[in-house]
Amino acid sequence: MSRIGVFTCHCGENIGATVDCAKVAEMCRAIPGVVHSVDYKYMCSDPGQRMMQEAIREHQLDGVVVAACSPRMHEPTFRRAVSGAGINPYMCEMANLREHCSWVHEKGEATTNKAADLIRVLVEKVKHNEPLHPIKVPVTRTAMVIGGGVGGIQVALDIANGGHKVVLVEKSPSIGGHMSQLSETFPTLDCSQCILTPRMVEAAQHPNITLMTYSEVEKVDGFIGNFKVTVRKKARKLDEKLCTGCGLCIQKCPNKKISDEFNEGLGTRTAIYVPFPQAVPNKPVIDMKNCTFYKTGKCKVCEKMCPTGAIRFEQEDELVTLDIGAIVLATGFKLMKTDAFPEYGYGKHKDIIDGMQFERLASASGPTSGVMKRPSDGKEPKTVVFIACSGSRDRAKGVPYCSKICCMYTAKHAMLYKHKVHSGKAYVFYMDIRAAGKDYDEFVRRAIEEDEVKYIRGRVSRIYEEDGKLIVMGADTLMGGEPVVIKADMVVLATAVQSNDRSEELAQTLHVSYDSYGFFAEAHPKLRPVETNTAGIFLAGACQAPRDIPETVAQASGAAAKVVGLFSNEELTREPIVAVVNRQAAPVYSTCTGCFLCQGACPYQAIEQEEIKARDGQILMTLARINPGLCQGCGTCVATCRTKAIDLQGFSNEQLYAELMTL
Amino acid sequence: MRIGYYPGCSLLGSSREFDESARTVLEALDVELVEVPDWNCCGASSAHILNHELSLALPARILALAEQAGLTEVLAPCAACSNRLLSAQQHLEQHRELWAGVQEAIGLPYKGTVKVVNILEVLDRLKEHIAVKTTAPFTKKVASYYGCLLVRPPRIVNFDRPEDPQSMDRLLQAVGAIPVEWPFKTECCGAAFSVTRTDLVARLSGKLVQDAVKRGADAIVVACPMCHSNLDLRRAEINEHLQEEYTIPAMFITQVVGLALGLDPKALGLHRHMVPVEFAETAGALS
Repeated sequence: MSRIGVFTCHCGENIGATVDCAKVAEMCRAIPGVVHSVDYKYMCSDPGQRMMQEAIREHQLDGVVVAACSPRMHEPTFRRAVSGAGINPYMCEMANLREHCSWVHEKGEATTNKAADLIRVLVEKVKHNEPLHPIKVPVTRTAMVIGGGVGGIQVALDIANGGHKVVLVEKSPSIGGHMSQLSETFPTLDCSQCILTPRMVEAAQHPNITLMTYSEVEKVDGFIGNFKVTVRKKARKLDEKLCTGCGLCIQKCPNKKISDEFNEGLGTRTAIYVPFPQAVPNKPVIDMKNCTFYKTGKCKVCEKMCPTGAIRFEQEDELVTLDIGAIVLATGFKLMKTDAFPEYGYGKHKDIIDGMQFERLASASGPTSGVMKRPSDGKEPKTVVFIACSGSRDRAKGVPYCSKICCMYTAKHAMLYKHKVHSGKAYVFYMDIRAAGKDYDEFVRRAIEEDEVKYIRGRVSRIYEEDGKLIVMGADTLMGGEPVVIKADMVVLATAVQSNDRSEELAQTLHVSYDSYGFFAEAHPKLRPVETNTAGIFLAGACQAPRDIPETVAQASGAAAKVVGLFSNEELTREPIVAVVNRQAAPVYSTCTGCFLCQGACPYQAIEQEEIKARDGQILMTLARINPGLCQGCGTCVATCRTKAIDLQGFSNEQLYAELMTL
Repeated sequence: MRIGYYPGCSLLGSSREFDESARTVLEALDVELVEVPDWNCCGASSAHILNHELSLALPARILALAEQAGLTEVLAPCAACSNRLLSAQQHLEQHRELWAGVQEAIGLPYKGTVKVVNILEVLDRLKEHIAVKTTAPFTKKVASYYGCLLVRPPRIVNFDRPEDPQSMDRLLQAVGAIPVEWPFKTECCGAAFSVTRTDLVARLSGKLVQDAVKRGADAIVVACPMCHSNLDLRRAEINEHLQEEYTIPAMFITQVVGLALGLDPKALGLHRHMVPVEFAETAGALS
């Protein structure tokens, strides 16, 4: 006969205001097998836990049901408490009286009765519970960081400095990300490349970091501590060991008119190229789509010029499989393009540019060497209009969220423009100025007060071209909605920050959840911001939500700390909620018939074939066996098994039937 | 093709030429128009401001009559009419609880089964037919003017791109015209202020006329009676406001298609305009 204790929690007003907890406790005393039942205001509090432990000892309880909040909230708390009193933690179950009862029903007798029913079900389950023991799995202490922008670089450096190996995977030919494209950074106006490139070099030279640029993650198998990641190393068409980065091939490449991605289409590059002079590694790649040799079969000028004979036209992509213990996603963002705005001419006006294009125009390493020239005719723009919230906070035509970085960079852009063109006029159309951050509001005030940038609160309804000018038609909502028309030479749209291309695909490869905009989802919005719901996979930077550099770097260090914490032990402890194929004495061995339907159903490749052999080595039968290290406890195999030979520990068929029969 | 036809008040009065040209062109394209029997006012421009029930009941009666006549589609050439019919239909679709009251008010069963289409949608469907039948390509530069009601609000009319519509431009290209690059396709013409605030209309429509000419257009093409009134009927006020004589005609899309099909300009109502359509006159048929 079981000796079960029931502990009903009021959760302050959360449960207590709707459910009559004292009555529930009394009703539970009548359940067969229950020898002790009490209610208490906060069961999770220290006195609450102590009360439970004392009751376990006093009444020699062998099972416990805590009727409180969701097990996702406090199951670990209560299991720890009962194990402190000497019973197996898996003999403790939680009835969810909060989310499943008090929060969703009105106060009344029926609600109280439902609460008692929820407990009754769990009491029956506990009667069938077995003591379980955590599973230990070894940890591969090598991390993979996906994305080589400032976030990824920071994560890699922090983990590497913590003494662990890191593989930094970047899809483009160089690390550096968006930050390497920026001119100056807010709120200090320090040169972006000047602060970033030392970090890039440090990452490249760190003995614990392996750079894999021009590479993409193709496949991820395994689980926390034991991932197997397949990376596609795209062919650079170059022997990296022989290349010295002299750049002769780039100088001599005859195909010089290719739109340059690094300069956001405002400049040109060659078919064999490095994205920018400070690229790390400083080794070119051949852009097969634009290379004359791949298009016509003739040219090979770079091969003839290369002093070390490093060019390899026949080089193929290479697939590399790595053992990885933890993965950090730092894949960044992309900007909405100017062609998304029909009212601003669908991107057909050359002088309507986005924020990143402005960065390139203002950058000393940009196509104009930092001199303000507008793209259409190279003339100095005398009047520039900046439009904040282009596509952001626009439920009708854009995205509903705030892109967060635009208020600051728009102020910075206007300021940079005024610093370069002293007599120029800068206007900013805005909805609200969101400048929350250290020295941020002061920065915006400086733009307005010292640099005389004219801020107009209102939206721009249309921009059209007339006699070489861009006519910007807007409204000033602080002047009673007065129409404002500005004849501008250039317009900069602070377009919305969006999740990066193929981020959903990557999330699916890694089994990480994402929101409806393709941003990766954190495990908890407040308390677990750098973890995902998939154990062993962490997040840093704008792949999770729009973020600026300081936030990205802070989050990156947070993610790195999580990885280093994970790597602090040689073994990991996992919940024993895994499926098991039954084993019985000879000559039956198991009710498994070896049909292996379960093997195809398992999403984690956790099911293996086990041969049962006689003493003479003769194979008697082949049965399914579940690798507890790989099993995630989803239960798909249990549902698939035709002979009911599989059970999920902690959620066995017997336990579930017992629960149902109670109702 | 057989399709229901709801002319509405404008097409019987100030925009008779829209009615005439629509009927003539569609007949030439072998479309049978079945006028909704005993139709009533759609409630445009006032009902939806003054009385919510009325703004639903008036269009509901038109649609109910069309259902009774066995029609599955109704063409409402007037942009205000099609907008009102669609708005009421969508509101009723989302508020089934209002059906009983509306049916009682109109004294007819309402099922909401009729699809409301505008003139551009119908002509677009017939584009290949039009191309085949085009005998006198309309080789003019045109400014296609959509106004507000055809494309807005996008959630209700669900037609074309609201900020930069294209359907009329494509249609005009199909009959040989050259649409000019024009930023004012959906700018306000002054709409219903045609009667009460001609000074506003002169300012707003003046901007359109002036810019269309500047961009080299030979004609402004419209698909809405109110747009046409403002650009044609109010030209004297516009010219006075701009202190310049603008003679660029404003034509209905059906008139342009009709000319391209080689139809009689008089049958297309081209003689009714305040600003003469000179290239129709030179075709000789109007005199």
